[in-house]
Amino acid sequence: MMLQIRDLHKTFDNHSGEVLKGVSLSVDKGDVTAILGPSGSGKTTLLRCINFLETANAGTMIFEDRKIDMTRAGKSLISFIRKKTAFVFQNYNLFLNQSVLHNVTLGLTSGRKMHRAQAETIAMEALRRVGMAEKALAYPGALSGGQQQRVAIARAIATSPEIIYFDEPTSALDPELIGEVLSVMREIAQDGMTMLVVTHEMEFARHVSNHVVFMEQGVIIESAASEAFFASPKTDRAQAFVRSIMHQHQM
Amino acid sequence: MNERLLKILLDAIPQLIEKFFTMTIPLTILSFSFGLVIAVLVAIAQYAKVKVLREFCRVYIWIIRCTPLMVQLYLVFYGLPNVGIVLDAFPTAVLVFSINEGAYMAESMRGALEAVPSGQLEAGYCAGMRFPAIMWHVILPQAFRTAFPALSNSLISMVKDTSLASVITVTEMFRQAVIINGRVYESLALYTEVALIYLAFCSLLTVLQRFGERKLSAYGGAR
Ligand SMILES: Nc1ncnc2c1ncn2[C@@H]1O[C@H](COP(=O)(O)OP(=O)(O)O)[C@@H](O)[C@H]1O
Ligand SMILES: [Mg+2]
Repeated sequence: MMLQIRDLHKTFDNHSGEVLKGVSLSVDKGDVTAILGPSGSGKTTLLRCINFLETANAGTMIFEDRKIDMTRAGKSLISFIRKKTAFVFQNYNLFLNQSVLHNVTLGLTSGRKMHRAQAETIAMEALRRVGMAEKALAYPGALSGGQQQRVAIARAIATSPEIIYFDEPTSALDPELIGEVLSVMREIAQDGMTMLVVTHEMEFARHVSNHVVFMEQGVIIESAASEAFFASPKTDRAQAFVRSIMHQHQM
Repeated sequence: MNERLLKILLDAIPQLIEKFFTMTIPLTILSFSFGLVIAVLVAIAQYAKVKVLREFCRVYIWIIRCTPLMVQLYLVFYGLPNVGIVLDAFPTAVLVFSINEGAYMAESMRGALEAVPSGQLEAGYCAGMRFPAIMWHVILPQAFRTAFPALSNSLISMVKDTSLASVITVTEMFRQAVIINGRVYESLALYTEVALIYLAFCSLLTVLQRFGERKLSAYGGAR
């Protein structure tokens, strides 16, 4: 077991009611898990708690055989876990003052104290994998959204993480740019990367991920192998959700 | 213009210029540099949301911005000796100017830090970087770019404000003009002369600011 979350609860001070009401899930090495669910169901909050960008109110994480109380993980433990994980944001969050190359090397040189030359070799290889090697010296502001997200994915894979979290990586993109990002994600998945992906892309969930988790109002109401899920979602709500998304995409 | 007056003005030039380079400029550079360091630290302390530190910084900015610079100079130079703290005039001027301008520049920097899209800090954390490294490599360079016009403004103000050091006996360029005037009684001409030197130098800084802004205006020529 690569990552396991047990009974994760999260409340925000300025938001009434629990946003996460006891979420549990586990991810095996090499798994590509898609998290589906309507907007506001707590998907982003779940990923943010898992990477300690938010502090959970209750919950246990088991990460590579380490048992971690998510409410009181200390700085050094958080830093240890973050060095073994990566995060791809909905709006890319590239470092705007750094070139594409340095966006990828910073996590290696500054985060992991790697020598610059070695970091640049690794970064160029990562950029090549996402098809952005020719843009290594460009700045994020000169790139399209799809290119920026591919650089963000290069930044994530360059550090050889155990798992990459994706939070709706294609939701901010113009429709014609979604394909290039999804195909990069598909290739990374095929290379064996463990991925936890919040997405509304049903094609990705169905054909690339091997596991699907359906969330609503802060709870996971269905969790299944993706073939089984798409063949026949067990719960009515998951059925309705899948149908409505499919419908939107046909229009 | 009569010959006597012309000679007075010409004689004054080297004396004024000397004080300008030996006092006004060093005073400006030292005070601005220390002020900038204070400003960056104070702005980061507020940005980092460390509660106690943030309150402390707010009080500092509040007190400094709400009392006159002249009063601050008097307080330190003429007031502190009453409790046994005696500082020379020049260090006093540097101290007071740094702390004073630091408060104003801290506000410029704080605004600029908050204007940097915040997701980059989180992206830095997720890439395994620590807060100081993210600030240094990512957030501060962008904040400086945003704050550049305001900081240039502060620098230009500082050049002129150094003339206030004359009230605590620092013989910078303006006080030198006052001293010369005490001998020759040509207030209008002498003070015009000294004003023109400030004007010329600050004009130069204004040009440099425009040049700098153009250089900083884009990362890699796009955006
Ligand atoms: N920082 C926050 N402060 C207060 N409420 C928040 C915060 N982040 C998320 N929420 C609330 O938590 C709920 C779930 O949000 P989110 O995790 O973003 O959902 P999703 O990603 O599934 O759309 C929403 O009702 C949202 O308003
Ligand atoms: Mg979300």
